[in-house]
Amino acid sequence: MFFGTKAFAGSFMPIQGSTFAASVDSLYKFLVYASLISCALVIGGMIFFAIKYRRKTNDDKTAYITHNSTLEFIWSFVPFVIFMIVFGWSWYVYLQIRVVPKGAFEINVVGQKWNWDFIYKSGRKSSGEMYAPAGEPIKLILSSRDVIHSFYIPAFRNKQDAVPGMYTQMWFNAPKPGSYQVFCTEYCGEGHSSMLAKIHVLPKDKFEEWLRNDPYKGMNLVQVGLKLFDSRCTACHSVSEENKVGPGFKGLFGKKRDFADGTSLLADENYIRESMMMPAKKVVKGFSNVMTSFQGQLSEQEVLGVIEYIKSLQ
Amino acid sequence: MTSTSTQADEINYLNHQKGIWSWLTTLDHKRIGILYMITVLTFFLIGGIFAMLLRVELFATGKNIMSAAQYNQVMTFHGAIMVFMVIIPGIPAFLGNFILPLHIGAKDVAFPKLNLLSWYCLVVGAVIAVSSLLYGGVDTGWTFYTPYSIHTNNGTTFVVIGAFVMGFSSILTGLNFIVTVHKLRAPGMTFWRMPLFVWALYSTAVIQILATPILAITLLLIAAERILGVGIFDPALGGDPILFQHFFWFYSHPAVYIMILPAMGIVTELITTFSRKVIFGYKAIALSSVGIAAVSFFVWGHHLFVSGQSELAGIIFSFITMLVGVPTAIKVFNWTATMYKGSIQFSSPMLFALGFLFLFTIGGVTGIILATIAVDVRFHDTYFVVAHFHYVMVGGTLMAIMGGIYYWLPKIFGRMYSEFWARITWVLIFIGFNVAFFPQFVLGAMGMPRRYYDYLPQYASLNRISSVGSWTIGLGFFIALGVIIYAITKGKKAPANPWGGKTLEWTIASPPPHENFLIEPIITAGPYEYR
Ligand code: HEC
Ligand SMILES: [Cu+2]
Ligand SMILES: [Cu+2]
Repeated sequence: MFFGTKAFAGSFMPIQGSTFAASVDSLYKFLVYASLISCALVIGGMIFFAIKYRRKTNDDKTAYITHNSTLEFIWSFVPFVIFMIVFGWSWYVYLQIRVVPKGAFEINVVGQKWNWDFIYKSGRKSSGEMYAPAGEPIKLILSSRDVIHSFYIPAFRNKQDAVPGMYTQMWFNAPKPGSYQVFCTEYCGEGHSSMLAKIHVLPKDKFEEWLRNDPYKGMNLVQVGLKLFDSRCTACHSVSEENKVGPGFKGLFGKKRDFADGTSLLADENYIRESMMMPAKKVVKGFSNVMTSFQGQLSEQEVLGVIEYIKSLQ
Repeated sequence: MTSTSTQADEINYLNHQKGIWSWLTTLDHKRIGILYMITVLTFFLIGGIFAMLLRVELFATGKNIMSAAQYNQVMTFHGAIMVFMVIIPGIPAFLGNFILPLHIGAKDVAFPKLNLLSWYCLVVGAVIAVSSLLYGGVDTGWTFYTPYSIHTNNGTTFVVIGAFVMGFSSILTGLNFIVTVHKLRAPGMTFWRMPLFVWALYSTAVIQILATPILAITLLLIAAERILGVGIFDPALGGDPILFQHFFWFYSHPAVYIMILPAMGIVTELITTFSRKVIFGYKAIALSSVGIAAVSFFVWGHHLFVSGQSELAGIIFSFITMLVGVPTAIKVFNWTATMYKGSIQFSSPMLFALGFLFLFTIGGVTGIILATIAVDVRFHDTYFVVAHFHYVMVGGTLMAIMGGIYYWLPKIFGRMYSEFWARITWVLIFIGFNVAFFPQFVLGAMGMPRRYYDYLPQYASLNRISSVGSWTIGLGFFIALGVIIYAITKGKKAPANPWGGKTLEWTIASPPPHENFLIEPIITAGPYEYR
């Protein structure tokens, strides 16, 4: 399964989507071959000795060999040299992965349970789907609004944690347009395995067009709400009565809500707004307080849109 | 030795006192070893059942038998139980307790009361940890990363305090072993004449004493942050979440050597005995244990390659981690060389030792792949890592524990087990293991992240294979439990030295008398004099 360069890269490994993916893969390939050879030597030697020197009679005598300094020196020194070669090579590749070229196009990536948000300098935002121009260095500035998440794109052979309270960074240059899978690789709770995203690498002109267009153009409030809901709330809420991590929203508006602290009220616009901005203030009975606040993240149009959309779910 | 004498007419440590109370208050290192054995095997059973449930859930995409929230709890309990209650106490506290004094010709460990206290620490800690189930359980993973662990269920506080208490069990055992080795060696038992299992336990003890307090403090800080709201790790309170990772791995990387060094010690014993040959490179093996223990304190940052730690730190940690590979490679070569021109007997303990060598070598080379920082950026927190550490922890440590149990069971209980069934367990565990974990290397190379409740369809077939493998291992261990219990209750009487071993435990009766050596042994030669 590990043999053959073509099969190696093509059959099961993710495609080489970034400029440095091929360098990472050659180093990895070297390591796999070196590992195979060392395993073959050790395990082969073990099996060979085990068969050749198996016990023949019950009073076999064995050679009394306590050590052999030359041999021991060789088998300490050779691995050391190999490790140092690997280390030097890896250092070189690591710098390619880490050093962001000057003038890279910057995109902010923000993790929040259980969704990735992308914020562009132009003010354009997107969620769950990132867009980027092909053939250009892209710098991602990562942060998190709650716990640690990690932004992993297998095809780019790159990964970086998004840590609350600090900015971290990573970069890539994807020469070929296409869609690339993103995973969250730092455990972050119930929705960890569904905290996925896609990076859509577009030809430069297409990307610029995307950057310019208004995502809500020509939509009424309910449509705006639907669009926002789909990208930001479905990790935890459904639009039926089914409860996921959070309550289902069908029939929510106007319904009596019971809270963990024993109080209750009828759900109105104020309540929905408060639930988004200060979710910890009133925690619905039977649920845990895992919703991260959306304070400061949504435009007035989006907040009103979501409220209207929830109202429409009767 | 009078191999004809039967157990009934001999007074030994098992029958010289009777009743459950005599066990719960015993100061005999052998009896305490058995208390540990019962505890560790019980937890192993629970942790193993959790593992198999996880693999049922992962058998197919989507929800199979549990919700994501339940999965995360099962995943956490599996990891925490296996690490803190099985693998860490497994070899030192169970087999080490029993064998170490015998190996150096001592009557007992230096501080018998402390030894008993350390068992109680483990039990009390475990009870506290399990009581977390009454408070919503824990879903942090065994690593308790902040700030997640600060905000999630209240059960976390209990598990963290439980692990804190269990840490003392480990510290006290380590302290006891160090003093025992320094003070209680029989006349003529110089350091260079000690069996290599003792060297391994000694190196482990040093790590236990130096590293575990860091974990203890770290866990206490989490508890303080949760209960008192002081900002240490949570950025919302002004803390630093990466600091936690440094603290945690400053313990937990050395801890992986707490888990593997004693296993290496057992394998060394098994390979010489069953090759009936003096160990190749005694000093190299002994010193490499010490070397690994020393270097292990300076590599923790390889767990933080993508955490936001500086590039320079990453490169330095990558370099030091590579260095650990050298003493490890030395050991592997020495074991193989010991078999050269030996007289090799394939009894079940030896099969487990060979299985160890096979799996540990794979675990070792993949460790180097992960130490390679440029490649780890991609493999960190994927199934590649899961496969790697299971190859080391299960393929290494658990194989060694099984080998050690089969090797010393005749000595511990004075009974023989069914060799046929013991070999069956080896076949099931060894094959099942590879079926379960080799595919996970491929899954990792394909990009599948770890701690995933659900996965993309392209990972389905390998996950299925892996699940089948895990149940095969489970079956193997289950039968092994039967083999052990049957041997203890109904097994044939064991002779004093069934394997032709040369170390001191084989010179006394099986099971040993209450105070081990009827006549104090005088040591005049090395431990493996097969001439
Ligand atoms: C990380 C999961 C998560 C995400 C993402 C999330 N929520 Fe929540 N939400 C919850 C949970 C859990 C509750 C129930 C506990 C509480 O009241 O805080 C909740 C409660 C609510 C409530 C009160 C519901 C009721 O039945 O009374 C509203 C309204 C709400 N969320 C709106 C939203 C909106 C709008 C979004 C998207 C912009 C969103 N939430 C995103 C987890 C989430
Ligand atoms: Cu996550
Ligand atoms: Cu480590």
